[in-house]
Amino acid sequence: MTVALERPAIAAANPSKRRRFSHGAVTPYLQSAPLALILGAFLLLPIIMIVVVSFWDYDFAAMYPDLLTTNYSDVLGSWVTWKTYLNTIKFAAIVWALTLFIGFWVAYFLAFHIRTTAMQMVLFLVCTVPFLTSNIIRMISWIPVLGRNGLINSTLVHMGLVPKPIEWLLYSEFAVVLAMVHLYTLFMVTPIFNTLMRIDRSLVEAARDAGASGWQVLWNVIIPLAKPGMAIGTIFVVTLVMADFSTVQVMSGGQSASVALMMKNQMSLLQYPAAAANAVVLLVLVLLMVAGILRIVDIRKEL
Amino acid sequence: MTNTIETKTGISRRSLLKTGAAAVGLAAGSGVIPGFPTIWAQSNITLRQFGTGVSNLNAIADKCKADLGITLEMTATDSDAAAQRAVTQPDSYDIADIEYWICKKVFPSGVLQPMDVSKLKYYDELVPLFKTGKLTADSVIAQGTAPHTVGYVEAQDSKTFAKAPTNWFTMVPTIYNADTLGIRPDLVGRDITTWADIMDPAFKGKTAILNIPSIGIMDAAMIMEATGNIKYADKGNMTKEEIDKTIDFLIKAKQAGQFRAFWKSFDESVNLMASGEVVIQSMWSPAVAAVRSKGIACRFQPLKEGYRSWGGGLGLAAHLKGAELDAAYEYINWYTSGWVGGYLNRQGYYSANMVSAKKFMSEDEWGYWIEGKPAKGEIKAPDGTVMEKAGAVRDGGSFEERMGKVACWNSVMDEDRYMVKRWNEFIAA
Repeated sequence: MTVALERPAIAAANPSKRRRFSHGAVTPYLQSAPLALILGAFLLLPIIMIVVVSFWDYDFAAMYPDLLTTNYSDVLGSWVTWKTYLNTIKFAAIVWALTLFIGFWVAYFLAFHIRTTAMQMVLFLVCTVPFLTSNIIRMISWIPVLGRNGLINSTLVHMGLVPKPIEWLLYSEFAVVLAMVHLYTLFMVTPIFNTLMRIDRSLVEAARDAGASGWQVLWNVIIPLAKPGMAIGTIFVVTLVMADFSTVQVMSGGQSASVALMMKNQMSLLQYPAAAANAVVLLVLVLLMVAGILRIVDIRKEL
Repeated sequence: MTNTIETKTGISRRSLLKTGAAAVGLAAGSGVIPGFPTIWAQSNITLRQFGTGVSNLNAIADKCKADLGITLEMTATDSDAAAQRAVTQPDSYDIADIEYWICKKVFPSGVLQPMDVSKLKYYDELVPLFKTGKLTADSVIAQGTAPHTVGYVEAQDSKTFAKAPTNWFTMVPTIYNADTLGIRPDLVGRDITTWADIMDPAFKGKTAILNIPSIGIMDAAMIMEATGNIKYADKGNMTKEEIDKTIDFLIKAKQAGQFRAFWKSFDESVNLMASGEVVIQSMWSPAVAAVRSKGIACRFQPLKEGYRSWGGGLGLAAHLKGAELDAAYEYINWYTSGWVGGYLNRQGYYSANMVSAKKFMSEDEWGYWIEGKPAKGEIKAPDGTVMEKAGAVRDGGSFEERMGKVACWNSVMDEDRYMVKRWNEFIAA
């Protein structure tokens, strides 16, 4: 705001331009004020509060303002935290690789193999149909499919392919990854589809004229140009997986831990400062990951 | 999760209370109007009650309004939030509907006031379990936070619990039950007699325990002791060493693949059992009923080591005085006068006043729920759904058989924070 106040002062020294100048100086601030206020009140302020609370002391009944680092030393000094973070990062890596692979090919198919724009939009909307139901319902629907007496197992046993039901289909890391890939692939499809649609088709033709094979066109032309979309999809998927607790709880049957689940446990026991410290650590980690992605790919090309 | 039964009217509660007080004084002086209820009906009093979900029932609030004219505003929370609210917002409630282990945490902070036993109309009829810790003369007192150990204080302004019954009652007991393992009798293939059976290699990958640390650790302790690995001085208040041993035992079992899942909510436990993912697990009584209502065999299996029990009661906020306090006593006396007791008994819980509750139950209902006799006709829940058909017998039998075999009560440990930390390690392991 200081800039806004200084500029009219400078303008005042130059009376002929005064009117236009003050107008031009204030308008952008007014225009950005609503968004700044909303972000400040609903994003910045809560984050500052979380950081502040993470230094507080607590017991079962209340939190006491303080400047303790024990919450952080508890978080960072315990092998549970490290193991849980590693586990969460492992889920993020696997889910990211799978959603990127599947997402890219779905987007590629939609962008290059469907000829009419109308059909492209129809198929794209078909992709989003499952998202008309809630996350939780889509996740829980897997349980009757994967369970010991579920669809897959009863079919396999019935066909005589396996002697007894396969146990690791449900309440396992497999189940967690499967559900997450199912839930998050569309977040990859959308941005990649968007970038693929913007690729100038004459580039592909030029590559072909220059004698490139199909794979060469894909590898040297399409994938490099799709990178911004992949980066945005990656940010979506990574942040969603890192913050997930319900999928891990439900699909692993409570057998597996995730960072957010650890926080939820602490919050349900009213250990808010401990959960806040955990949240700050997670926030820093995710921001570092996003910063890393942005360093590798310039997503502004997309925008 | 706020469950407000009826919102306040524009007129302030206190002004109404003053009117009510005046009316009571008038009635007492003139003797024109016999009994309190009519007076309360005229004055439209509101009591704010908060507590855990089990007994915050709309039906109770409706009946209270009809009988006493007192409007109950109920707020339901989970038990940890209830403990916190009791201590940090003492002016936000008039009646605390909390469990006894919460009372142990909360009462010493001075936010509740003890009740004068002589003002409790049905005090003598209350089950002795809450006075002496013994259901019958030869019962053994259970471990954990047994209600009678936090049931009394020495004097009206005292905050320390008395060792024997006094004239000052911390909470009037209302609802309690005995929990054990639930089983699928069609799938276990043998008799289940002990908590240790959940560790049987035959059930590898087909067992579950609950992932709520304060209760899960107690179930784990029952299992641990039944397998003969340890003998606790007090399961409800373990030492650090005992916590370590118990958690290490659980981690070993988890890594060996003994457990299929750890459930956190009622529905999860029902689904695990109903789908056959699990054949033996920690369970709550209404969850067993829910599985059975799907037509699937499920039993709340009595075990030789006994039950893990829990109990709750109503406590008075410290700020209550004068007419407000009288209304609160009136409400509590009404609560123990039978209608609510019958209602709770018919839900499969137990009422603390069996004498009065009996008057509000049919002979068949009393026989099935309390005496452990086979049902003569259909047994219906308070909302009218059929719970059991004729001929059914309640798992665990009669009230005396079930509540007489309590091995430990839900409790809060001195090493609570350490226990939760280790429990998180178990889940992450």
